Amino acid sequence: MSSSSLLEINGITKSYPGVIANEDVKFTIKTGEIHALLGENGAGKSTLVKTIYGLVKPDKGLMKLNGNLYSPNEPRDARTCGVAMVFQHFSLFNALTVAENIALGMESPPSIDRLSNKIETISIEYGLPINPEKMVGSLSAGEQQRVEIIRCLLQNPKLLIMDEPTSVLTPNEIKTLFNTLKKLKSEGTSILYISHKLEDIRSICDTATILRGGKNVGTCDPKKENVRNIAEMMIGETIKIPKKKSTISKLVALEVDCLNWVPRDSSQKQLKNISFKLLKGEILGIGGVAGNGQDELTEILSGEVLSNKNTIRLFDNPIGDIGVNKRRLLGLLTAPEERLGHAAIPDMDLIENTNLTAHTRENLVKKSGIVDWEKTHELAKNIIKEFDVRTPNAKVAAGSLSGGNLQKFVIGREVLQKPLVFIVNQPTWGVDAAAASSIRQAILDLASTGSAVIIISQDLDELLELTDNFMAINSGEMSQKINTQGLTVDEIGLMIGGTGAYWKRHD
Amino acid sequence: MDFSSLSPVALLASLMVAATPIMLAAIGELVVEKSGVLNLGVEGMMIVGAVCGFITAVETGSAWFGLLGAALGGILISSIFAFLTQILLANQVASGLALTLFGLGVSAMIGNGYTGIKPPGFNTVHIPLLSDLPFIGPAILSHDPIVYIGILLVILVWYFLNKTKNGLVLRAVGENHDAAHALGYKVIWIRFSAILFGGMCAGLGGAYLSLVRVPQWTEGMTAGAGWIALAIVVFASWKPYRLILGAYLFGGVTIMQLNLQALGVEIGIAYLSMAPYLVTIIVLVMISSNHLRSSANAPGSLGRIFHASQ
Repeated sequence: MSSSSLLEINGITKSYPGVIANEDVKFTIKTGEIHALLGENGAGKSTLVKTIYGLVKPDKGLMKLNGNLYSPNEPRDARTCGVAMVFQHFSLFNALTVAENIALGMESPPSIDRLSNKIETISIEYGLPINPEKMVGSLSAGEQQRVEIIRCLLQNPKLLIMDEPTSVLTPNEIKTLFNTLKKLKSEGTSILYISHKLEDIRSICDTATILRGGKNVGTCDPKKENVRNIAEMMIGETIKIPKKKSTISKLVALEVDCLNWVPRDSSQKQLKNISFKLLKGEILGIGGVAGNGQDELTEILSGEVLSNKNTIRLFDNPIGDIGVNKRRLLGLLTAPEERLGHAAIPDMDLIENTNLTAHTRENLVKKSGIVDWEKTHELAKNIIKEFDVRTPNAKVAAGSLSGGNLQKFVIGREVLQKPLVFIVNQPTWGVDAAAASSIRQAILDLASTGSAVIIISQDLDELLELTDNFMAINSGEMSQKINTQGLTVDEIGLMIGGTGAYWKRHD
Repeated sequence: MDFSSLSPVALLASLMVAATPIMLAAIGELVVEKSGVLNLGVEGMMIVGAVCGFITAVETGSAWFGLLGAALGGILISSIFAFLTQILLANQVASGLALTLFGLGVSAMIGNGYTGIKPPGFNTVHIPLLSDLPFIGPAILSHDPIVYIGILLVILVWYFLNKTKNGLVLRAVGENHDAAHALGYKVIWIRFSAILFGGMCAGLGGAYLSLVRVPQWTEGMTAGAGWIALAIVVFASWKPYRLILGAYLFGGVTIMQLNLQALGVEIGIAYLSMAPYLVTIIVLVMISSNHLRSSANAPGSLGRIFHASQ
């Protein structure tokens, strides 16, 4: 059974003006296998996947599904043939409910009430808890992904395409997802699994196809192959492993004292009794399941949301009641989670985006109120050079950069301003291995120059690799601060679940 | 001043008549905006509907044919807007404003020679027993059929948007056109159809003015009704049932204004003309003060141009 092929991809070529996205790509997905598609950003994975899903028409090449010629003109054709897809950037409608969102992905949806019951059944069966009546806009990223997955599962797909499925999930959620995928596999469903996380691929995939520069550079069994070999096949060069050099001093850089915050509406999380000290040169990791107060905490620390004057102290200066730009001037810089729309304005170019966060600290606006574009351009060029942002020049709209490149730009823009305290939320979300390793190295280098850093992340391996100390966040409360060294992923999993010895609840 | 000359029956009856044209135009615009398109050309489409309906009715001798002509006129002029914004990807605000100016001009041109004529009218509905009821009968239950068609249309739109798959797709397109495209829905085609529906409704609203409410043809006779219709859509926060309320409220203000004028009250009239817009602003403030609800109101892609890349 498992040897019969479900989808044959034969010689797919697709070019856009100036770029060849796919060149003569050839591989086979077998029935009931989990097939990994690996590659850096820009390797042509998305184009290939869009071709399979009917969003892109190839210039050349053939696909065969179950031995029959398969050439979907639109996603509807793909869905009718049993091909379903979970997108990386969720294609959901915020102002519609979970059930309505799911109905939109179906050919002939039942009534919303009957659909809601079905959703509940599936969500229990596959361990993906969700309330069908909730507005999607009020859900966390992890919950939104569940909506996408359930939407696909309702169609009983023969082939399920998953684009970067674990990038927003915690270990427990990943375990659940993997159990779901294994269950699907045992039912005979094939899965095309796109990811940068080689460990994930090794633990779940049967076969891996590696793309580089639009070409298939190899197919292997990921369980037999060494992680580094696969990674190097992906990028075509050797990867540097971030080197850590701890230089923690005794000086308190940032102190949060009894932070209590009540949200304005139900989509936000209440923060309760948060207190911690961050030392100069320290890297503090804050981990938790999506939607437990990380975004609210980031906004309060950055100054987007103000608190009491004395709640936040920067080198003993009370800063709780001053805004973002004043905090930047004092040395507290933040890179928020959303690259597009929060950290950078998609339709503005890199020079303009540089000015937006760097103008106070780098004196990019003259006293007369005129923007110093020359100096801004210099800084932008510097960011691009130092952080290896791959772009033709600085006059390119931020939105046209790939995720990894834009993230390198966003991090580089703050790091080059030499922050005393740097807060970064999800530094490597949806970023390829090479870009992630250079971002991580940059954060370590920054800390070794004496800056204090807070990394808020759901990627626990990243927190284990980078941080000196760790705190878990759960339901708006934070655990005690403990030394990261010697912690295991399982221990952290317990902590972010809100249990274990390191919690002192204030009820 | 003698308020006793105001009869509640006559007031209520004229209120229903005053509300009908703006209700028709507004329900069309609501569908257009729900699909994510902002068409500011309602005024222009109404006046084209008014003149087309009037001419067709006069030439054929039938008010019903007049309505048909108005609907076609509205569809035709809105197709210009649809072509500009959906195919050529022109800016919606500028195209909409241009459509209003174009409509006012073109209607004056083709309506030249039809001023001062009395068009054929509609028979009023007479429901046995019910229309003879005291008060309710003359005030609510003995109007021309269009008054009831208008209300029925709002109910149908509500049903379509909230209960049918196609309505859900239309809302999805207005909410997030990229996601709708990724799911394989035809964003441009859906918006094109919505715009034509909006044009048809505005045309009918205009014809109601020239065939029933006034009834005659004069240049620029819509006199801002299209803008009020736009305001009502916002007032109703894109919900059909609130749109009925808005149309009656704003229609009521017009009636009050006319009656007060007839009574010789001078102050207040200017304030009454401002009232619909002031109320709209207050409603907007109330919507935005509630952080979570506002996201559930205005369609997410409203006014944004959809460009299917790749």
